[in-house]
Amino acid sequence: MNKVFEHLWTPLATTPLVWLAVTLAAYLTGSRLQRACNGSPLASPVLIAIAIVSLVAQVTHTSYQVYFAGAQFINFLLGPATVALAIPLAKNLRLVRQNFLSIGLALLVGSLTSIVSGVGIVWVLGGTRSVALSMAPKSVTTPIAIAVSQQIGGVPALTAALAILGGIVAAITGQTMLHRLEVRDWRAHGLAAGVAGSGIAAAQVASLDELGAAFAALGIGLNGLLTALIVPLLALLWH
Amino acid sequence: MLSAFLWLIACQLAGELIREALNLPIPGPVIGMFVLMTILGWCSRKRRGASQPEPLDSLAAKLISSLGLLFVPAGVGIIGEADVLRAEWLPILAGVLGSTILSVGVTGLVMHWSIRHRDNVPDTSSGLIKQLAEQS
Repeated sequence: MNKVFEHLWTPLATTPLVWLAVTLAAYLTGSRLQRACNGSPLASPVLIAIAIVSLVAQVTHTSYQVYFAGAQFINFLLGPATVALAIPLAKNLRLVRQNFLSIGLALLVGSLTSIVSGVGIVWVLGGTRSVALSMAPKSVTTPIAIAVSQQIGGVPALTAALAILGGIVAAITGQTMLHRLEVRDWRAHGLAAGVAGSGIAAAQVASLDELGAAFAALGIGLNGLLTALIVPLLALLWH
Repeated sequence: MLSAFLWLIACQLAGELIREALNLPIPGPVIGMFVLMTILGWCSRKRRGASQPEPLDSLAAKLISSLGLLFVPAGVGIIGEADVLRAEWLPILAGVLGSTILSVGVTGLVMHWSIRHRDNVPDTSSGLIKQLAEQS
């Protein structure tokens, strides 16, 4: 039985087809599970898919290089998808013009807080430089975070995982905490979710309020731009 | 659909070219996003706020709705980082938790304060003049 499996598997394992199918199936399984959990941010389809694919790769003794060679077609779409973030951003540009100072100030302070505190905490607790650099862009939407991490010498895979984890943390704690701080304005909730927790936290706010959703979309896009500008510059200064 | 895809690819390509030409440390797709945003903003202003071209809108919505799938291949790279995770789990975990919570709170509070401050002053320009007058 094992021989038959190996005979079939060995030629297939090097074609992209297998790994495309495994990645898609794993992600769909993750989405199903999240729906079964009433859309809980804890059941992140991305984390579930990463776990399933990693497990399949380990069981079949497939190296990451072989897997990635197959799945790179999916990875390639990250570029166009990042460009596509311009569309929700352009739709809400009117809101930026109306709230220019508030948004600019909150964005700048929030973005710097996230970058500096992330790097600072890792550094204080004795983490290495590459982990600190991977932490710096983690609050940005994952495709931009991965690209920035690559740029500055972080570990893109670690940044991807951190970005998703950060999104989950923001989705779970964000609303309760802001309510406790007596922040009730949906514009503030939306922007905070978009800036600190990107897509995952934004989805949480978007399901509750339309204005909040627009500000979350703004937070994601603008923070993506700002972080992509600031982090490489800070990384250049920090040797 | 195809023309919309060409728009996205062309903007990404333009982003990469700008990055190379100006030697910028910013990722190409992010510059591409800025390029597309500028074009769309300029177009909607010309058409007096009419919405964006339909196909681009629907393609972007589709790509963004399945954005999660696209980071799976990069994320699986975490299996090669098991040693780092084992050695530095504490700074990593504390960093994500601490900085995310701080950043949500700070962004929300600053936005809340600045909106409230502005809403208390109905007309910004006259408010500014009043403020200046009080100070002098």
